[in-house]
Amino acid sequence: MAAPVESSGWFPALAIAVSLLKCLFINAYHSTDFEVHRNWLAITHSLPISRWYYENTSEWTLDYPPLFAWFEYGLSQAAVHFDRGMLVVENLNYASPATILFQRLSVVFADLVFIYAVKECCTTVREEKAAKDLLRRPCFVLAVLLLWNFGLFIVDHIHFQYNGFLFGFLLLSVARHLQARHLEGALWFSIVLNLKHINLYVAPAYGIYLLRCFCFTQDNTDGSLRWRSFSPVRLVSLGAVVLSVTAASFGPFVAMGQLPQVLSRLFPFKRGLCHAYWAPNFWALYNVLDKALSMLGVRLGLLDVAGLPKASMTGGLVQEFQHAVLPSVSPPTALLCTLLAMLPALWCVWRRPCGGRGFLRCLVQCALASFMFSWHVHEKAVLLAVLPLSILAVESRRDAGIFLMLATTGHYSLFPLLFTPAEFPIKVLLMLLFTIYSFSALRNLFSGEGSLLHPLEALYLLGLVAVEVLCEVVFPLSPWQQTLPFVPLLVTSVYCALGVSYSFVRLYVSLLTQEVTEKTKRL
Amino acid sequence: METCTLVSMSILLGVLVRWGVSFNSYSGAGKPPMFGDYEAQRHWQEVTYNLPIQEWYFNTTDNDLNYWGLDYPPLTAFHSLLCAHVAKLINPEWVKLLGSRGYESPAHKLFMRATVLAADLLVYIPAVVLYCCYLTNGSTNKKVGTLLCILLYPGLILIDYGHFQYNGLSLGLTLWGVLGLGLGWDALGSLAFSLALNYKQMELYHALPFFCYLLGKCARQGLTGRGLFSLVKIAVTVLVTFALCWLPFLSDPEQALQVLRRIFPVARGLFEDKVANAWCSLNVLIKIRSILSSDSQFYLSFAVTLLAITPSSLKLLKTPTFWQFKLALVNSSLAFFLFSYQVHEKSILLAALPVCLLLNDLPLVAIYFLQVSTFSMLPLLLKDGLLMPYAVTSLAFLVLSTHLLSALERCTEAQLRLEGYRRLAAWLPAWLTRLDLARIIRRKFYSSLVLMVGLSVASVALPPPAGLPDLFPVLVSTFSFLHFLGTFIYFNIVQLSTPQGKQKTL
Repeated sequence: MAAPVESSGWFPALAIAVSLLKCLFINAYHSTDFEVHRNWLAITHSLPISRWYYENTSEWTLDYPPLFAWFEYGLSQAAVHFDRGMLVVENLNYASPATILFQRLSVVFADLVFIYAVKECCTTVREEKAAKDLLRRPCFVLAVLLLWNFGLFIVDHIHFQYNGFLFGFLLLSVARHLQARHLEGALWFSIVLNLKHINLYVAPAYGIYLLRCFCFTQDNTDGSLRWRSFSPVRLVSLGAVVLSVTAASFGPFVAMGQLPQVLSRLFPFKRGLCHAYWAPNFWALYNVLDKALSMLGVRLGLLDVAGLPKASMTGGLVQEFQHAVLPSVSPPTALLCTLLAMLPALWCVWRRPCGGRGFLRCLVQCALASFMFSWHVHEKAVLLAVLPLSILAVESRRDAGIFLMLATTGHYSLFPLLFTPAEFPIKVLLMLLFTIYSFSALRNLFSGEGSLLHPLEALYLLGLVAVEVLCEVVFPLSPWQQTLPFVPLLVTSVYCALGVSYSFVRLYVSLLTQEVTEKTKRL
Repeated sequence: METCTLVSMSILLGVLVRWGVSFNSYSGAGKPPMFGDYEAQRHWQEVTYNLPIQEWYFNTTDNDLNYWGLDYPPLTAFHSLLCAHVAKLINPEWVKLLGSRGYESPAHKLFMRATVLAADLLVYIPAVVLYCCYLTNGSTNKKVGTLLCILLYPGLILIDYGHFQYNGLSLGLTLWGVLGLGLGWDALGSLAFSLALNYKQMELYHALPFFCYLLGKCARQGLTGRGLFSLVKIAVTVLVTFALCWLPFLSDPEQALQVLRRIFPVARGLFEDKVANAWCSLNVLIKIRSILSSDSQFYLSFAVTLLAITPSSLKLLKTPTFWQFKLALVNSSLAFFLFSYQVHEKSILLAALPVCLLLNDLPLVAIYFLQVSTFSMLPLLLKDGLLMPYAVTSLAFLVLSTHLLSALERCTEAQLRLEGYRRLAAWLPAWLTRLDLARIIRRKFYSSLVLMVGLSVASVALPPPAGLPDLFPVLVSTFSFLHFLGTFIYFNIVQLSTPQGKQKTL
């Protein structure tokens, strides 16, 4: 990654280098997600479409939208040439060397979409003055931040998922919006939405922005909306694009009358508020606060131990978490909180869109709001905010600071995904590599504009090192490892939750103060 | 960006790739009864930990020398002992006398890999960093580019972290020696190199340039005055280092002799397996081992090797500059690899190290050679199940090194240091002088790349023809031999044609 001398051809070199690095970890640890995707390959390959969303031989049933099932179907056509064994539904936990090779390579190759999207994003970066040194050019920094993203790397190429492929479509749609090619942007977004429904998190940003900036063609001179400029043709064309993609994806299942079954697979609300390992969001803090209050209550004699819900946390990793003091949270409450958290950002975009960048800011805000407040969030969902924020980070100093904060805590919170000793060096090395690069590159980019982080923020981030040493080196050697095995995960998740929440608030502050400063400027 | 950020990122990347390769298989994995080099290293830990030092090199009831008997110098044995102590702390089963033979488990593999990484982190990587920071020319970016390329050289990574050996340690010590000499601390340099020699006897490939450089330098200072003083200082350093390493074996002459017999097994023949050196390649045409007696094979190879290293050594003795020293290291190690007795395919790493040091000065030829050197070990790597890391690291090295060092742009005849060749023009036939050497080398580079890819694919995918089971290994070794020979001639031309007193400045 160091220092290309001449400035041509650096993008392919970066992309090839990272792709080769991905291939190096074929034999590393992979999680159960590997078996999940193998099972889906088998289901889509060997069963008729009508069985896809009913099949339940494996516990890892198909729970992505149909377009992703079609993608697996396409992959399975190539898988035939590697090992037919992986395409048999009954072959649970089948992992022959050829299967591993095929699945790993399929992720690497699917990432080509991501690489193309990053290239497109790089062309949209504004460069005020073309720096002579390649290492100081925003588009180079952006390419590295995206292509070499730590989270994406370990989640996709070690843990095993296809996020790079999915984020490729998302970033491509962002790039198209930044290039003011809105219809294409809408097309790519509907595709990615039909590939993985987690992208619903950012759908409100798309909806509001497209309505505001695409369906209304003109603003008043003060930047507010001119209601009479509404263009029905544009609305219809937009609707046609979105609906046709959705029809292609869901159509066959609607025709077979399986829609309720498909939806019940996509949205399993039977799961708990938090995942087994709490994602570092608002609910992690809420849970801990509840626990602390209940302990305090018992200590002060205000609460009766017998009256408390049993086994809250002491059992280690519990999915169902009964709150003792604070009110318990139901899915509708979580949904309401999420929508409320998004509302100000959406309102800002509606009132004053500020072009593609305003939209991007709103998208990041929505993704983060969903991450903070949604029901049963996975820790990996933080990438949905980190990756798009990279684009903003290379353009403004303030965003760069927030990015460092969010990316570092968010990435660190992924550490528990890799818990095997052999993979320990990899996550540490990769994390250091990415973090050192992002700090020094962004500092260089905005040198002369003051430091990116407040000393307290820097102190908090340094605290991550202490947390890591305590959780993964000191704690396993201590006697508590036997009695309180859940403590490291708890500490990691709470500590990171602080950083993520802080970034969320700061993003909002910067969005709203920007609004104010613009207003005063106009006055 | 600051130098230290770039340097630390290069180191992190280097370590990351090393650890990535270590996930793969090692030599002799799950192949009883003999297993491979991995088991050899584990066995040495077992032997050194459990037996008294006097029995290490002797055949006893507890020490079967036919089962991976210790055949490296004492420092390797001490290193094994150190690792064994750590192993004992973690799991005593790993070093149990006789009972641990063929022990394999994921945890043990992790431990063994970690010992290699520890050695690299302590010895090899710091030496490379210091070399690139202090002994290469050019901008920061260029220095860091060289650093990254040296750290990512696939041959060493694949052998140490795939096949399993501790070459990083012996080569790292040699590099510390080179650093000492380059920075003017001759005594420290010779100390480091003596340690390298005592770690692996193959470091003798590098010994002559060290000797000639130091002797030449002392002679230049005047062998009667200051030069003599330096010479004595260096000699004492070397002798004391050797004495300390061999101390436990010096009490009894029989001990020392036995160690020597183990280290230099003359009886093992001119060459083993398929090595890309002159004898093995000649064997395709003439069955040399059946014509000559064992003794005459030994003398023949000794004489030819001596002949091959003489020009470069004499030149170095006369002009002891650091540039000459680096070139002489290449020439000497290549001469030994090509012509000496009992050469292993892995010994090409000894030539690869000094070539790595020239990456910044002669990028195209260095990259060319390093690629071929990795390729020459292909049959071995395939046997160990390292196809994927081989393909990945070779490709990454090719892309990164040509890009970072702008190898394909920096190859005019002057940049290839071939002006000297022109001065030979008077003696050469006219058609030879009309050649555009730079273009030829570039074209050959491309065609060799294509050939290497083709041969790699063929070795993996095609079954060999019925009558010729060894067809692909022989093709690989002959192909590599021709390239090594070409490189040997090239580096000799560069070294011998460098005018006296002229330092490299390009």
